[in-house]
Amino acid sequence: MIPLITGAEITFWIAGPLAVLGGIGLIAFRKAVYAALSMALTMINIAVLYASLDAMFLTFVQIIVYTGAIMMLFLFVLMLVGVDTPDSLVETLRGQRVAATLAGIGILGLIIFGIGGALTGVAPVGLEQANAQYGGNIEGLSALIFNRYVFAFELTSALLITAAVGAMVLGQRSRVHSRPTQKELSQERLRAYAEEGAHPGSLPNSGVLARHNSIATPGLLPDGTVSEHSVSETLAARGVIVDAPALSRATAQVFESVDSTIGEEDE
Amino acid sequence: MSPDYYLILAAILFTLGTVGVMVRRNALVAFMSIELMLNAANLAMVAFSLARGGLDGQVATFFVMVVAAAEVVIGLSIIIVIYRTRRSTSMDAASLLKL
Repeated sequence: MIPLITGAEITFWIAGPLAVLGGIGLIAFRKAVYAALSMALTMINIAVLYASLDAMFLTFVQIIVYTGAIMMLFLFVLMLVGVDTPDSLVETLRGQRVAATLAGIGILGLIIFGIGGALTGVAPVGLEQANAQYGGNIEGLSALIFNRYVFAFELTSALLITAAVGAMVLGQRSRVHSRPTQKELSQERLRAYAEEGAHPGSLPNSGVLARHNSIATPGLLPDGTVSEHSVSETLAARGVIVDAPALSRATAQVFESVDSTIGEEDE
Repeated sequence: MSPDYYLILAAILFTLGTVGVMVRRNALVAFMSIELMLNAANLAMVAFSLARGGLDGQVATFFVMVVAAAEVVIGLSIIIVIYRTRRSTSMDAASLLKL
């Protein structure tokens, strides 16, 4: 008998090992982002396998819903909770990894030799007849969904709405303390003035000098020193504050020379 | 092509998902492993659909995908709520549901 290699077989032997590789990556990568990306690889390869199984509609649903929506949702949540927190390698239960691997091998053996043993040598019937009944894969699927399974389909819509409402409820952040009112804020400010002498009024403006009036210019006190409250702390930490005393010194020199010329003219 | 190969592949993927749930501490990765198990079951159902010559397996896979989408939405928001209170997504940290 001549071994007949079909397109589906070639697809299977390319996409199948890649899917397993992605699955191994999911449990082996310590960083969660790499695990998510290898999961996306598995999803895409499963979509290819669906195509080789004559399930064209599911191929695209798999790519759009799983790889497109669900995995990207996972990546968004990963970005929210912090990408670079690697999984800890400390075992809380001693020998848990070895036990889990052994249990995995046991499950695999049970599925393949226990259940799968009863299925060997089944010749596939093929979907040509089922697809031809309504004129195509999508038409056949829709005929099933909207006739025999229409009640289950309606129930899934209720499920999706409930899930959306549940996500909104869970995503809501409830306040632990009530928001402080304007009265409480002003009382707090005056208490700080009474106890620590903190200035209760508004903070001083930034400096307006002859050549600079940006918010990075500190205001000068009457004695010529810098008022530290007049510039934002962020700018101070960044070190972009203009040296205001030096600028005012230049102004003072100009004033001095003007004064001296006036004095000479008077004489 | 005989469905045996697809079923063995589905079994391998399902096992990888199971091991992932048992081994990984990060709640997100464990959740993704559950998704992998769902996908393996889907693959088996589509393979059976081809082997039996009926489209019901594909319809079931479609419904599993819908339920998985709803499940992911709720699961991820639960993970985010736990992360907000505990600042961690480790499954060991979440031994109590309430602070």
